[in-house]
Amino acid sequence: MLRLAPAAIVLLLLGPVAAGLGGVLLPAFGYLPVLGGDSLSVEPFRRLFELPGLAASVLLSLGTGLAATAIAVSAVLLFVGGSFGTRTFRLMQRFVSPLLSVPHAAAAFALAVLIAPAGLPARLLSPWLTGWTHPPDILVVHDRAGIAMVLGLVAKEIPFLLLMTLAALPQTMARERTELMASLGYGRVLGFAHGVVPVLYRQLRLPVFAVLAYATSNVDVALVLGPTTPAPLAVRIVELHADPDLAMRFVLAAGAVLQLGVTGAALLLWLGIERFAALVLAALAPTGWRASRDAAARLAGSALVALPAGAILLGTAGLALWSVAGPWRFPDALPARVTLGVWMRVMPGLSAALGNALAIGVCASALALLLVVAALENEVRNGHPPGFRGLAALYLPLLVPQVAFLFGFDFLLARAGWDGRFAALLMAHLVFVLPYVYLSLSGPWRSLDPRYARVLASLGRGPGTAFRRLRLPMLARPILTAFAVGFAVSVGLYLPTLVVGAGRWPTVTTEAVALAAGGDRRIVGVTALVQALLPFLGFFVALAVPAWLHRNRRGLRVAR
Amino acid sequence: MFPRLIACLLAAFVSAAAARAEAPDPSRWQAVLAAARGETVYFHAWGGEPRINDYIAWVGREVAARFGVELVHVKVAETGAVVAKVLTEKAAGRTGNGSVDLVWINGENFAAMKENGLLLSEPWADRLPSYRFVDVAGKPTVARDFGVPVDGLEAPWGMARLVFFYDPGEVPAPPRSAEALAAWIEANPGRFTYPQPPDFMGTTFLKQLLVDLAADPAALARPVGSVDFEAVTAPLWAYLDRITPLLWRQGRAYPRDYGGMRQLLADGETAISFAFNPADASSAIANGELPDTVRSFVFDGGTIGNTHFVAIPFDAGASAGAMVVANFLMSPEAQARKEEAAVWGDPTVLAVDRLPPEDRARFAAVERGPATLPPDALGPVLPEPHPSWVAPLEAEWARRYGVGQ
Repeated sequence: MLRLAPAAIVLLLLGPVAAGLGGVLLPAFGYLPVLGGDSLSVEPFRRLFELPGLAASVLLSLGTGLAATAIAVSAVLLFVGGSFGTRTFRLMQRFVSPLLSVPHAAAAFALAVLIAPAGLPARLLSPWLTGWTHPPDILVVHDRAGIAMVLGLVAKEIPFLLLMTLAALPQTMARERTELMASLGYGRVLGFAHGVVPVLYRQLRLPVFAVLAYATSNVDVALVLGPTTPAPLAVRIVELHADPDLAMRFVLAAGAVLQLGVTGAALLLWLGIERFAALVLAALAPTGWRASRDAAARLAGSALVALPAGAILLGTAGLALWSVAGPWRFPDALPARVTLGVWMRVMPGLSAALGNALAIGVCASALALLLVVAALENEVRNGHPPGFRGLAALYLPLLVPQVAFLFGFDFLLARAGWDGRFAALLMAHLVFVLPYVYLSLSGPWRSLDPRYARVLASLGRGPGTAFRRLRLPMLARPILTAFAVGFAVSVGLYLPTLVVGAGRWPTVTTEAVALAAGGDRRIVGVTALVQALLPFLGFFVALAVPAWLHRNRRGLRVAR
Repeated sequence: MFPRLIACLLAAFVSAAAARAEAPDPSRWQAVLAAARGETVYFHAWGGEPRINDYIAWVGREVAARFGVELVHVKVAETGAVVAKVLTEKAAGRTGNGSVDLVWINGENFAAMKENGLLLSEPWADRLPSYRFVDVAGKPTVARDFGVPVDGLEAPWGMARLVFFYDPGEVPAPPRSAEALAAWIEANPGRFTYPQPPDFMGTTFLKQLLVDLAADPAALARPVGSVDFEAVTAPLWAYLDRITPLLWRQGRAYPRDYGGMRQLLADGETAISFAFNPADASSAIANGELPDTVRSFVFDGGTIGNTHFVAIPFDAGASAGAMVVANFLMSPEAQARKEEAAVWGDPTVLAVDRLPPEDRARFAAVERGPATLPPDALGPVLPEPHPSWVAPLEAEWARRYGVGQ
């Protein structure tokens, strides 16, 4: 049984992605007999490129995606390099989970509340400082260059990259290496860059690719913060999906293929950036420059990570205030009245959505956890950790843009009459949940000292006992954290839930987006908080249960 | 083992075949009611306004208690996506048990569904018991949706009218024509905008301008292919070229939808806004979303009006239940409740003067709110252009204003 687990995982991940890609590739080249397309042609692409401003959309997706990824990666590396082993570092570790639990759309709204001309800071400073009696007519949110969108993406990807870095650091001998570099007279940041980054980045590479793929193809952040004249490519693909014109199905498929190409191009460009950065580092080394005074760089690193984190937390607090606000005219610093009216009105409608999100999230992450634990246990007992190819399969759903394969997958499900079924939705969620559960659990699982199990074996106990009595209890914390990560991913999924669920399984996220369509900031406040609530509870459980289980096991507590 | 499996498969096949059985006949209403009992109706309707969601939830409670029909409101962001969904099901060869039982619809989406055979094939809506009070003579749009004959394939639900909102403290003399609006925008740059087409409110605003500015408005009633699009729309683009640099954010960004536009009015970023519901400002005031000083106005030459409907797709799994819901939505009781400003404020499709006295009393008691113009102050209703105008209008707008300069 155990030996089947890795194969099952690969099948569950590759199946839907491959089927979905097939489902868009053929129509993209004009072949979809049920809609009257029975010969191959490039007509869909010709019509796609006739859409006004398409080139601008493509460049926007490419540019903002690369910029957001470059900023987020540099910020995380600068921060970890500058503060590894300090109190700031340990403090930030604690904020990572709550930050991760804020869904993308909610984080984007939180940022919008801060930076919009009618946002909270503008209200606080007006009119006494700024002289504004109306919000100034400045294009901040939805700016044409996508700067606001890049900021939103950076704020949301930093916690993810930080979590991945935290997981990778123990396998890099980072402490020993930084100490060695310090003994050679290097400053913290440059020492980290020369001594640790080359080993660390090898492990971070796939997560960085996943960030890049998301940033070049995201829909939810782009809708809230991104430009609209024109919008990034992925947003325009989703708009095509809402077009009642039959012929647009082919153009939609062509758009999905183009998105695949854009993300692929971004990955290639990124490889170039990687090469360039490596060359710069290599060229710096023989100069002997040690940058021993790097307080400014360290401060910049801390600020680059703390500012977005603070913005999300502050903006979320701002949304909480909006959710209970009565009339609130600009430039009043506070609402004229505080009322629970919106909560009372929206919550009854959200209760079913909360239940659905909970059911899908628990089922998907439990199933994913079962498979991942089985695969890891198989690895412990029978050897063979997955090579790069196995990992690539895991990362495939994170690298292929959702808009590129979901519509094709849905079409195949509809043909089979499976769309709208819980099982189909569960399968779609597993595609996205499994990789994250695997990524967050495999590190701790592999780094558990194998000598414990050897001691147990020398006492005459079999591998089953080692699993039950040793690995499960000792790894309770990472297991529950992996579950919480998977749960958060599932709760935050928008497009897959909408498309595959056929509206039969509304979750807090789909309801939040539908309600946000009305644009009322009070409702956005309520839905963003409710959206963040479930993942937050998940992370809370992941912290509280091990703390209680290990209350009299000092060695298993989180080091203070 | 195997015989049982085959029996199972057979049963599944038979039940699938039964689901494909003929749509119920609304003229035999008792049979429809009997068939509807126990059915679950998936009602796909725009979910961006909590007031409307609450009203649909109330309808759900009522039809559950009275007719044993479970109503599930599937909140959608864009009705076009529902049409695309049904289209996908048809392309995938599905004939029954579709995911949509009832859809809130009108205009080009209805035209697309009708044209592609995505609706119940037999007329049903005009055979519902509640239909006899529908004001077909006084409200011709209940039978011609954007000029397309309804043919009983969708049931009228409510009347929409384009109405503008302003704060008299900021706009002492509201502009009562397209020309006056342009002059006002020139005097107050940055204080007006409209949702970005293809959002339906943005497109409606374009259509309003077009009807106002076109040399021969009668051309708009014809399919767009039969007239000179460029010539007819030239005054519209000249007008937009004039106002766009003076719009909110110099026309470099637009609110995504009507809710985003209302938020701008509430924040004081804009000073004039509009909605497709004469009581919208009153409803928003009642909920603290707009200050209670906001009032309404319309263009002297009239504003666009239309009817919105509910329709049943060809592959609906619960068409009897959907008919029961549609019939209840059209009933005097549900229509009067819908017209309350605090509930929704959506005008009725019924001829109130033809109703029995107790139902007339319901409408007489309706509270329409402080910012709602009385029906006789709403001015003439201008007809929607033919639905074929929507796509070229949106495409041309995107080409001119949607991609920057």
